[in-house]
Amino acid sequence: MNISSILFYAISALILGGGILAVTSVKIFRAAIWLLFSLIGIAALYFWMQVEFIAAIQIVVYVGGIVVLIIFSIFLTQHSGKEMNSPTLSKKIFSALAALFGTAFVHKLIVHYDGFTYLSALPFNSNVAEIGTQMLSTTSHGFILPFEVVSMLLLAAMIGCIVIAMRPKNEIKNNSINNIENN
Amino acid sequence: MQEIPLTQLLFVSTFLFFIGMYGLFTRRNLITMLMSIELMLNSVNINFVAFNKYLFPNNLDGLFFTLFIITIAAAEAAVAIAIIINLYRSHNSIDVEDATEMKY
Repeated sequence: MNISSILFYAISALILGGGILAVTSVKIFRAAIWLLFSLIGIAALYFWMQVEFIAAIQIVVYVGGIVVLIIFSIFLTQHSGKEMNSPTLSKKIFSALAALFGTAFVHKLIVHYDGFTYLSALPFNSNVAEIGTQMLSTTSHGFILPFEVVSMLLLAAMIGCIVIAMRPKNEIKNNSINNIENN
Repeated sequence: MQEIPLTQLLFVSTFLFFIGMYGLFTRRNLITMLMSIELMLNSVNINFVAFNKYLFPNNLDGLFFTLFIITIAAAEAAVAIAIIINLYRSHNSIDVEDATEMKY
């Protein structure tokens, strides 16, 4: 039991504890904060695996982007201090049973599978220069096509968000008329 | 870090995935369901990075899958939150039980 494995178990406890509290907490804002801790734990796990670039992306996109977006939407749509309706006991029990059964099944599969061929003798080169070169290369191990496709997807998602969240024009007009009449 | 075998990382991601699944089953609020989905996507990312690091250290395909999954998850969360806010505007609630117009 050296420092590295202690660190791994601490990070795993943070991830799983944060995850469990994020799905069981009755106050929605607390659930979002626990999700934040769980995602930070996952970034720490990436640091522990020495893939620093992915860890940085995880922090920037998830912790800095998605969780902030979720917290904003909680503020826009919920009374954040109010407790949510707790699910019925039977639903809780059956969901927990389904999750436990799935966990046990996959656990058994992993324990009894011994076909992993470890190649850890090879160096694992995951520095940013290597990732950038492969991301934009057009050779057989290049990822230029998915990179371009995903950039189109991001553009489509951005435009789609604006269109979905935009208020219809006549509604804005009616509201402004109402405001003027109220004043 | 060689003391920790690959299977331990797989256990962590399995537990995280099924925690997310439990949340998806029990929650009735759209934002918390979205949070559960984020947990599940993250557990998949852990798997990709762990497999890449332990079994195929000579190439970086797992890292690229992780990067693209993170990108798509960000796009998905943005669209989902736009839909949730629109739903709140028309129904004054983001509970899935209140949005039953498209139920057959």
